[in-house]
Amino acid sequence: MTENQSSLGGGLPEPVVRRKRVNAAWIWLVPVVAALIGLSLVISAWRERGPTISISFETAQGLESGKTVVKYKDVVIGKVTGIRLSEDHSKVIVKVGLEKSASGIAVSDSRFWVVRPRIGLGGVSGIDTLLSGSFIGVDVGKSQQTQNDFVGLENPPSVLHDSRGKSFTLHAGDLGSLDIGSPVFYRRLQVGRVASYKLDDDGKGVTMQIFVDSPYDSFVTNESRFWNASGVDVSISADGLKLNTQSLATVLAGGVAFNDAPGPHPTEKPVPENTSFTLFDTQSNAMAPPDGEPRYIVMRFDQPVRGLAVDSPVEFRGINFGHVVSIRMDYDEKTSKFPIYVGALIYPERLGRANAKLAEIARSKGDEDMSKVVTSLVAQGLRAQAKVGNLLTGQLFISLDIEPKAPKAVDYDPNARPLQIPTIPGSFDKLQEQMAEIVDKINKIPFDAIGNNLNHTLADLDGTIKQLNGDVLPAFKTTLNGANQTLGTANNALAADSPLQQSLSGTLQELQRMARSLRTLTDYLNAQPSALIRGRAKDAPPPENNGSSTAQPQQGSKP
Amino acid sequence: MSALPRAHELGLIGCHVCGQVCRDTQIEDAACPRCGSSLHRRKPYSCVRTWALLIAAFIFYIPANVLPIMRTASLGDVDDNTILSGVIELWVKGSPDLAVIVFTASIVVPMMKFLVISTLLLSALRGTNWARRQRSMLYRLVEFIGYWSMLDVFVVALLTALVQFGFFSQVEPLPGVVYFGLTVILTMLASQSFDPRLIWDCKEDDD
Repeated sequence: MTENQSSLGGGLPEPVVRRKRVNAAWIWLVPVVAALIGLSLVISAWRERGPTISISFETAQGLESGKTVVKYKDVVIGKVTGIRLSEDHSKVIVKVGLEKSASGIAVSDSRFWVVRPRIGLGGVSGIDTLLSGSFIGVDVGKSQQTQNDFVGLENPPSVLHDSRGKSFTLHAGDLGSLDIGSPVFYRRLQVGRVASYKLDDDGKGVTMQIFVDSPYDSFVTNESRFWNASGVDVSISADGLKLNTQSLATVLAGGVAFNDAPGPHPTEKPVPENTSFTLFDTQSNAMAPPDGEPRYIVMRFDQPVRGLAVDSPVEFRGINFGHVVSIRMDYDEKTSKFPIYVGALIYPERLGRANAKLAEIARSKGDEDMSKVVTSLVAQGLRAQAKVGNLLTGQLFISLDIEPKAPKAVDYDPNARPLQIPTIPGSFDKLQEQMAEIVDKINKIPFDAIGNNLNHTLADLDGTIKQLNGDVLPAFKTTLNGANQTLGTANNALAADSPLQQSLSGTLQELQRMARSLRTLTDYLNAQPSALIRGRAKDAPPPENNGSSTAQPQQGSKP
Repeated sequence: MSALPRAHELGLIGCHVCGQVCRDTQIEDAACPRCGSSLHRRKPYSCVRTWALLIAAFIFYIPANVLPIMRTASLGDVDDNTILSGVIELWVKGSPDLAVIVFTASIVVPMMKFLVISTLLLSALRGTNWARRQRSMLYRLVEFIGYWSMLDVFVVALLTALVQFGFFSQVEPLPGVVYFGLTVILTMLASQSFDPRLIWDCKEDDD
């Protein structure tokens, strides 16, 4: 080697020394840095990865794996990572990878639904998804319990967990035209919506949940009444034709309205969440006093009840507190009559305080179903009557009232259920009877005999008058002439210029003078009683005319 | 010793840049006396550097494929695409020719480069004289197609610049394309740092 070197490289230049080269080991920094970057990516991806949840839907319409996002408040919090059919092919299971920051939404009461464009009577929603494609909406629950399997909703929930307000329960006979999302009105302002509804377990009604937004939820009080505001309310009264609706949308889509019952409410206060209310058919029904529990009574009528119909009102002293529900005929073998049994539902609470007091009395006596109270009322004369409500149509209604003069009820049984209220004939029937009696009596009057007697009497009277004219009247005339002459003589004697008058006047003047001198004498004697014995004193002053004023005190002091 | 003598047998060293031949004085940090560039018989630590760069490139190749490289939004329909999903989408939507091109440029070529360089390195390490001409050809091929590996990056860059129609259509790059670019750069550096003369450095017993 060395020989070759020396022999070959003799004429060649030698390399110069260059600055020291960097250590080649530094090149390993490059893969290390790359590895660090890769590791940081892995770590950040791992850290950002939230839980994977699965949601089942009826259909995967509009959903796309790897593309459909999950949005909460319009922020993307996850993505669909897989879509597959459930084991029994009845549902679609959608796998969703949530972001780490959104891991808290996977709690047991969170709800998921697919946001699609929807057009209904209540409005249009999800239009933006027409272009961007559907996404999955979330309503984050408040529970602390985490959950990974969810059942997706087919419709967006009308009430979200973070909406402020209260939900209440309404009971109704039927759903009407209400639907989830139907508006709830308070003074024609939309304050909430129907959240859900379901048939009662016994199938005899519908229970629905409504949600009233804050701050309007405080207007739902213990005095609030709810009614179905769907449709148009037409009423004809003395004021004319009235057409009452909540809003055009309500007419088409239905709605619920509530308001306070009329009248003062001293104990009015907001009610807690989930309080139950009754949903009435109409506003007027809702505003009527509460009916309470109905009771069933039966009445037996022996008279025909033409004009009485099912739903005819039952009144107590003029207050409508029930209605007829059945009219049935029976046959009584003993009396061979056809009594008619009328069944009626009554609402004692419509009687207000009367019912409250009676109930209290009954309770104090341990009388649970108030039968004893009713018995005592019957004893006082509680009777049912079929009365004419409308003279034109002859419609009857049942009137209950206390009739003190009513005959004693013979067929009343306090232990019978339902209670049978004794009846008395209706006022119209009674009137008819009395009229018939009167007509009978009038018929019995012997008008012919009376007429004959009257004729005889009149003939006698005629004879008498004739006699009077012939005999009595001429004698009467002579008597009158005599009397006239007597009166003329008396008149002359009493005239002003008659001698009798003049002599009478002179006599009276003389008498006057005599009285005066007598008074003078008595006055003097009063002053000088001794004069009666001694005679008249010489120096005594003559008595004055007005001496009576000075003499009087003397008289007064004399005794 | 039937063949021609090798340079190191003759105590000579050639400059890679200007071609000047010098005497090999065995000093550590030699430089060409004519052009001043460093002198070495073979590229120093060629295998180590190539390995390092190749490994780094491979590490970056993973996120380049996993992460989306491009977001296309048209009429509110947002779509993130990785390299592979883009290829699939092209194929499904009726452009199999384009799909093949993109697949070749983005998947086949980088993978091929990894394989070829690894093969070259391993064979050079073992000093085998198996298929030396073919291996040289492979090396030249890798060098040549290195220029064209940036196809994906160019596509994303062009589309991002051209397709900006707001709501109707919009394209934006995503992190994956950066890692893909790094992969391409690192594979090019790796192929450069490999010294093809190592292919021929072997015992010539069976030549």
